[in-house]
Amino acid sequence: MDKLSGAQSELREMDVLAAGISVVHRLHPLCKLLVTVTYIFIVVSFHKYDLSGLIVMVLYPVLMFQAAEIPVRVFFYKLRVVLPLVCAVGLANPFLDRMPLTQIGNLVITGGVVSMLTLMLKGCLALMASFLLVATTPIDMLCGALRKLHVPKVLTALLLLTYRYVGVIMGEASAMSQAYSLRAPGQKGIHISAWGSFLGQLLLRSMDRAQELYSSMELRGFQGEFFYSDIPACRVSSVMFVLVSCSFFACARVVNIAWLLGNLVVR
Amino acid sequence: MHMADALLAPSVAATMYVASGAVAGICVKALKKDEDMAKLPTMAVTAALVFAGQMINYTIPGTGSSGHLCGGMLLSALLGPQAGFLSMVVILAIQCLFFADGGLMALGANCWNMAFYGCFIGYYLIWKPLMHSRLFAGKKNAARVKIALSSVLGCIITLQMGAFSVVLETSASGVTELPVGTFVGIMQPIHLAIGLVEGLITAAVLLFIYEARPELLTELDEGTEKAKSRCSLKTTLAILTAVVVVVGGGLSLFASGNPDGLEWSMFGNSEAGYSENMGLDEEAYGISSKTADAAEAIQEKTAFLPDYAFSGSDSAAGTSVSGLVGSAIVAGAAVLICMLGGFFRRKKSCHG
Repeated sequence: MDKLSGAQSELREMDVLAAGISVVHRLHPLCKLLVTVTYIFIVVSFHKYDLSGLIVMVLYPVLMFQAAEIPVRVFFYKLRVVLPLVCAVGLANPFLDRMPLTQIGNLVITGGVVSMLTLMLKGCLALMASFLLVATTPIDMLCGALRKLHVPKVLTALLLLTYRYVGVIMGEASAMSQAYSLRAPGQKGIHISAWGSFLGQLLLRSMDRAQELYSSMELRGFQGEFFYSDIPACRVSSVMFVLVSCSFFACARVVNIAWLLGNLVVR
Repeated sequence: MHMADALLAPSVAATMYVASGAVAGICVKALKKDEDMAKLPTMAVTAALVFAGQMINYTIPGTGSSGHLCGGMLLSALLGPQAGFLSMVVILAIQCLFFADGGLMALGANCWNMAFYGCFIGYYLIWKPLMHSRLFAGKKNAARVKIALSSVLGCIITLQMGAFSVVLETSASGVTELPVGTFVGIMQPIHLAIGLVEGLITAAVLLFIYEARPELLTELDEGTEKAKSRCSLKTTLAILTAVVVVVGGGLSLFASGNPDGLEWSMFGNSEAGYSENMGLDEEAYGISSKTADAAEAIQEKTAFLPDYAFSGSDSAAGTSVSGLVGSAIVAGAAVLICMLGGFFRRKKSCHG
């Protein structure tokens, strides 16, 4: 499967996940968006050496994965390419920050090691939160939530339309790419002689298609705005979700819960 | 060049969100003013095309590697800077949400680094002046050469600016231990090569459009016919020189704060360099500079838990052990939640 077909199936799989019916899927999209953004902001605000404080934040995605009935392995499998890149960010830290922080037996743990682990964990947790949001909220609901936040309708309509056409154009590009590779066996990528014409042809066809699309939209009464009628009302459960989640995040940020729990056991 | 959330401090991410949001606001206002809603499907389809186009690999002759298309320059040449910027924002949002390419919190920074420079700097400082210039006037292939030149120059310069912004944002966030000079030394040359290749690919596509449907390109008609009344060659060269001076000069000044970062790491320094410092002499380790000291002082003041006990403190060991044990308890709780979740799911499926 080439990169384009892979991306197409990834999009389809995300749509299937988002169409679920779990408790998390039923929450108001705006509430989920607010909680996700708050979570990511709080996660990245942890100090680079505060690994034990950060670990408590793992509980949110773990709980959400269970409540959304999405196996955690789906996340790790889908992001198998991105995760190593996120984790690679802090790899230089152990070599550059050699200040000893603590010692376990004969093993000296330096600041660089702790900051590297913190950075990796931050990256994974932020990715998990974004993944959970998209895996439990269909794109139209997400755009509806953005409209409620007064994001301009041009931008939300553009996001919806682009998302719709990404699949279509990727399908065409994939077919072209496959046809090209069948005629050029053993060649990696598009040859320099076809650099312009390959995507140029697709671009020209797409521009014509855009005009046809606009004409058909006008015929159906499009006047610059999409209407999002299916967004559920904000129930008490959604409000409670926001309050409880944000209180927990704030609490975890201010108090080192892991350290407190540890103190109960270690004297 | 997509930045992950972990690379940014919340304050930097919020600043970049405000900056990109302001630009997006201006773009939306400009599009509303034109009342050109017919552009919306074109923007969407072109954005989708750039999205798909960036997944196609173009073989770089003689290297065995491949390059990608530069979205910002292509979109601004086809749709104009405002519509191009909004299309890039949407592309970056989809990449972030559905492919985890760049973080949700870092979206503002990514929009600035990849969409703003590509669409606005690339368009107003390179594409538009060059297309209106009298450069190669009277030559048979003047328009073609100008398209190719502005694509390549635009991609190189905007990618350099984007890469430099990544360094600045990451360094301002204080998340990496890599010295700024070394970081600049790594990022800029890589993106110079990438910019050149992306520029050539973008030029090839734009030249094809020029041959097949020139009316789709912005600024082209005016550029070829009304060139005399617009920017002169002198103005164009002056603008380009200013851009080069700002980018080149700015970068070199910044890099000179730590002039020997990369060279040190590569060639070593027997007296106090990296090669000796790597794990052997911890007291002499590190590159001290006024900037680093100032940043450290600011970080100490703004750090939420500045005195979190670690080395040198009597309670350090206790704190660490408590932290470790607490973390283990949290990990245990997480495993328990997973097991309970699995148990209830199985129960539910049995009843179902």
